[in-house]
This record gives sequence, structure tokens and C-alpha cells, in this order.
Amino acid sequence: MGLLDKEFADSNIVIAKAEDLMNWARLSSLWQLGFGLACCAIEMMATSASNYDFDRFGVIPRPSPRQSDIIIISGTVTLKMALRIKKLYEQMPDPKYIISMGSCANCGGPYWEHGYHVLKGVDRIIPVDVYVPGCPPRPEALLEGLLKLQDKIRNESLTKKA
Amino acid sequence: MKTPEEIFELLKNKFGEEHITFTNDQAGDPYVTVAPEKFRAAAVYLSRDAEMKFDSLMLLSGVDDANGEKSKDENENEIITGGTLSVYYNLFSLELRHKVTVRVSVPRENPEIESITDIWRTADWHEREAYDMFGIIFKNHPDLRRILMPYDWDAGYPLRKDYQNPEFYHGMKVPY
Repeated sequence: MGLLDKEFADSNIVIAKAEDLMNWARLSSLWQLGFGLACCAIEMMATSASNYDFDRFGVIPRPSPRQSDIIIISGTVTLKMALRIKKLYEQMPDPKYIISMGSCANCGGPYWEHGYHVLKGVDRIIPVDVYVPGCPPRPEALLEGLLKLQDKIRNESLTKKA
Repeated sequence: MKTPEEIFELLKNKFGEEHITFTNDQAGDPYVTVAPEKFRAAAVYLSRDAEMKFDSLMLLSGVDDANGEKSKDENENEIITGGTLSVYYNLFSLELRHKVTVRVSVPRENPEIESITDIWRTADWHEREAYDMFGIIFKNHPDLRRILMPYDWDAGYPLRKDYQNPEFYHGMKVPY
């Protein structure tokens, strides 16, 4: 669906549903909390840089959780860091979204059995929207994850979260 | 420049045969074992003596020797009682270009070693790490806090061979 496939009554007016408009605005400028954890963060930075250019999807890093729409959990979540991630997430204004990037954030990754210090999946503390598999995922995979998140937002309702 | 054997001979003559032993029949570098009560004096000697001049502590690492008595608790978890924990010090002299490995072993139930942070500042964080991971107490350390694990971690020392992970930490489930 697009916004511009609706009827043009005159050249300055576009008719669309408020829900579609809100969703389109949200999914087109997902500001990301500027925040990285481990080797996945290197791939995330590569995704932001010119070759892959996250900005063409409206994703730019913000220095404060209060200005952010998504948080990409890019790496191993230690128990010590988990408390701080939860605090960051709680400081973000709604609507807020989470991409869990890489095996560590998804399920503990290589630390699943003997990692005494690792939280075995960030979904144990905050609700994840999209899981991106890989160790670490290539930038293409993270972009795919973002597109999946955009699909999700596109089908949201104003009255309830999808 | 001296070989580890020559350094061992000098240490033995200075601090007595009963406090200093030498091991070179294992894989890796040979090492000199110093009794804990003589370690502080030996460290001062190694850093200051004109023949030694060990001005650089390259690495300090803790080891759980796991040489005590092994038993099982009611949940079938292994417990080790007795035996030793060890600290290995890798020393290097930039001026004389020789190096030596020194081992100090202390009893597992009362693991106390004199801190050497005032001799080699490198030891500061390294001793904190050995404390964090093995629970080795470095006496007279200026700031002996945990360095990697959370400050409020009360489940023990994770690199000990009989360490058991807690079920929960701040409400978060820890095991997979």
C-alpha cells in the first residue's frame, strides 16, 4: 500500500486514512538510540555508514533515549549491562521498538551454557519486535530486519499495537 | 641477562631453600614458586636489585589449582575443599632483557597474598580481576573491589572450578 494511490481531488490535497498516515510517518523516520554493545555494533555502524546507508530508511542515531524510537540490541547483553539496558528502554517515549541483533542478544549465542555473566536473550527483560539471526549479522541482514519492522509498523492500528 | 635457572639460584640463596622451588618439567615457561610469607620481600628484591631490575609486570593471573578434596553436595554439584589457589606473576626487565615467571600458592580457605601495587602499578587492576574471578584477597591493595562482575554480585567467584551460577540475578533468570 502507498499513500499516493488515493484519489487526487486537487493538486494540493492527498486523501489518506489517519492510521496509514501515522504509520507511514513512524516507519519512515525510526530514530535509533546511538548505542552498541559488541562486535554486532561494528556491523551496525557499517550499516549506518555510506555503503549501506541506514539513513535512506530514516534511521539516524540519536544521543538520548528520550529522542529515540528504536533500540537495536547489537551484541552480548551481560547481566551487568542488562539492568542499564532496561533503564534506557524505559526512558524511551512510546511508541518504541526493539530489534535484537545477532545470536547473543537473541538467545545468549556462544555463551548460552558457560557464560556466567551473560543474559541468555534480551527478551528476558524487554519485549523484542524483530530478531535478526547471525554472528554477527551482515548489514544486509540488519536492513532486512529493519524492513520487517517497518512492515509490522505499517499494519499497526492507532488504538492497539500490532 | 639471566636465565630463569640463574634467577632461581639467586632467590634460593637469598630467601632459603625451603621457601623457593623451581619447576621446569611442565609445558610452557619454567616458573619459580615463592612461599607467600616471603613473596613481598622477594618482589621488592626482584624489582630493585641491580642484577634483577624487573621493572615491568607483564601479567598477573589467578589460577584455581583444584587440587583439594572433591565431594558432592545434596544437588550433585561438585565442591572442592582444601588445596590451593595460585597467582602467577610474569615479570620482565626492560633494561636487562630477561624474564621470569613467579608463582605464589595460598590455601583455598584463606587465600591472602600481599599486594604489590606499590611496586608495579600494573598490578592494581590485575589484582582486582584475580579477586573478582577467584576471591583471592590482596592485602594492602588500595581499592580491592570487583572489576568485571557487578559490584553487588554475591554468588561467589565465577572462575573457581566448583562455582555454581545462581538461578536469578535481580529477577533475571541466569541459566539458559
